[in-house]
Amino acid sequence: MSVASAHGAPGAGYAGNPDRIRALVQGDRIHRDLYIDQEIFDLEMAHLFPNTWVYVGHDSQVPETGDYYTTTIGRQPVIMVRGEDGAVHVVMNRCAHKGARLVSQVHGSTGKMFRCPYHAWAYKLDGELLGIPLKQGYEGTGLAACDAVKGLARPAGVETYRGFVFCKLNPGGLSFRDYFGDSLSSFDNMVDRSPEGRLTVAGGVLRYMHDCNWKMFVENLNDAMHPMVAHESSAKVAKDLWARVGSKDQKPPMAVEQLAPFASSYRFFDEMGVRVWPNGHSHTGVSHSIHSGYSDIPGYQQAMEAAYGEARAAAILQEARHNTVYYPTLTIKGAIQAIRVARPIAPGRTLLESWTFRLEGAPDELLRRTVMYTRLINAPTSVVGHDDLHCYRAIQEGLQAGGNEWISLHRNHRPDEPVDREGVENGTSEISMRNQYRAWAKFITQDMEVAADSQAAAE
Amino acid sequence: MSAAAERPAQAAVSTGDLIDFVYDETELIDSRRLEDWLALFAVDGIFWAPLTPGQPDPDLHTSLFHEDRLLLQLRIERLHSAKAYAQQPLSRCHHVVQRPQVLEADDAANRYVVTAKMVYVETRLDEQIVLAGRLTYTLRREDAGLRIVLRRLDILNCDAALPSIQCFP
Repeated sequence: MSVASAHGAPGAGYAGNPDRIRALVQGDRIHRDLYIDQEIFDLEMAHLFPNTWVYVGHDSQVPETGDYYTTTIGRQPVIMVRGEDGAVHVVMNRCAHKGARLVSQVHGSTGKMFRCPYHAWAYKLDGELLGIPLKQGYEGTGLAACDAVKGLARPAGVETYRGFVFCKLNPGGLSFRDYFGDSLSSFDNMVDRSPEGRLTVAGGVLRYMHDCNWKMFVENLNDAMHPMVAHESSAKVAKDLWARVGSKDQKPPMAVEQLAPFASSYRFFDEMGVRVWPNGHSHTGVSHSIHSGYSDIPGYQQAMEAAYGEARAAAILQEARHNTVYYPTLTIKGAIQAIRVARPIAPGRTLLESWTFRLEGAPDELLRRTVMYTRLINAPTSVVGHDDLHCYRAIQEGLQAGGNEWISLHRNHRPDEPVDREGVENGTSEISMRNQYRAWAKFITQDMEVAADSQAAAE
Repeated sequence: MSAAAERPAQAAVSTGDLIDFVYDETELIDSRRLEDWLALFAVDGIFWAPLTPGQPDPDLHTSLFHEDRLLLQLRIERLHSAKAYAQQPLSRCHHVVQRPQVLEADDAANRYVVTAKMVYVETRLDEQIVLAGRLTYTLRREDAGLRIVLRRLDILNCDAALPSIQCFP
């Protein structure tokens, strides 16, 4: 039964109707409104993002008290700041008075407090209200009973895991540990690759505007059926070019080493495997990945063995996971210390950020490698990035076509596949996408019954 | 190929040669003579477009471009691939170059630096991107004429969220 026949014409009436939203996600297919419908997008911003643990930033971006970094959770502006207690806090970038954004830079230092540039309301670094000029003007008013005196609004939860800071705006729901579970092992491997067990953001951030829905990007990061097709004109041309101009006894340059594996065979990608975890998280590259064949970097192995011992160092370095998706917006490549963050702007507009990290205690050459990778693959000037965005835009426009309102996610679907538990499947299975949309339907509707109940009670 | 680019190695390089080089080089791109354009790069030549204003380091900091001849050749050959869907149809581009300034002309050291402000327009289908920027060339004389050691493109809003850009078709 189609959504249209069950619930009337698609495109309106999703708000307050969780059953209708759930009907957009079936076991093996999803409805196009997930990508193109404004109301669905607005509901994602109002429910999905506040109900999930969303990546904010890395604690190395705010090393000193008062250092801040600004970003968005869905559409909501937030500040990540290092407090006087040494902890990383997340507060809304919105003055409690009239709503002005408190700080405007991406990175900066605010000293010991935030001070609004409009009327000088001041806040402690944890968001508590510190002072209002000419305070007697509020005597006898209702301000004391208003949200404004509570200071800056704050997410219900903030957690830092091995340097990576997440927040959940809404109260209730799953704890951080229950939400991510064993998927945190990908962070562990990424950080363990530092002989000192520590990462630092380094190398700048690539910001690439995408005319497509944010979920297309997140899906694609575990899509092992596209590289050999979409990237034939970049990766295969690179491979062929080197075969022609390079000499046989010469090691390919790092750039060719990074580009060529995108043109690997279906078999390569199928055999690498995909692992899913509950709540939408997954990773490709269970047994091997496009990052497995990189040349050794002098001095690194020795530094790792000195730090961890031979066996443990070998175990850490042997794990070469491809992309891990931390649903909804973060994807990481532990093997090369690069992450990407999807920041939704509109149903057909998403800002993608690519960040890189230094492995503390490791040779500079590793940072050079990740900086090259992210430039070659993820930049607005990258031929590989152009391939992907071309496909996303093609979907965004193609979905306007009538006659078929559903997106097929049937590849390797079986009724008894792992649902709400960890499982490993063949690499080209679309199970990671089915896993993402099951989580989508669960978290976007999670607080809708509650909201509807309290609304009914109020009426 | 341009007159300036073909001047023999032993001849001194004039200010006019350096200015002509910039106009000729950008014209090769705009008129899509990309193999001729690539031939202007020395064997060790690099095209670098930093990601942040004034960025000193291309190696441990990400850039928009930091490409040697092999990677530039890859971009050109990709355009011949029937599978390069993102370039079907091809982008067109247009450099509007302000009169170049010679920053350094050292015949003895065989090192010449010339810079020019420019407006770069790139278009494909119904979309058009306009970027302001500065091109700075480090050149040297070779037997075949002036060759590019470093072509640095500083885009005014290099740190902005940019859409797909080719920067040469």
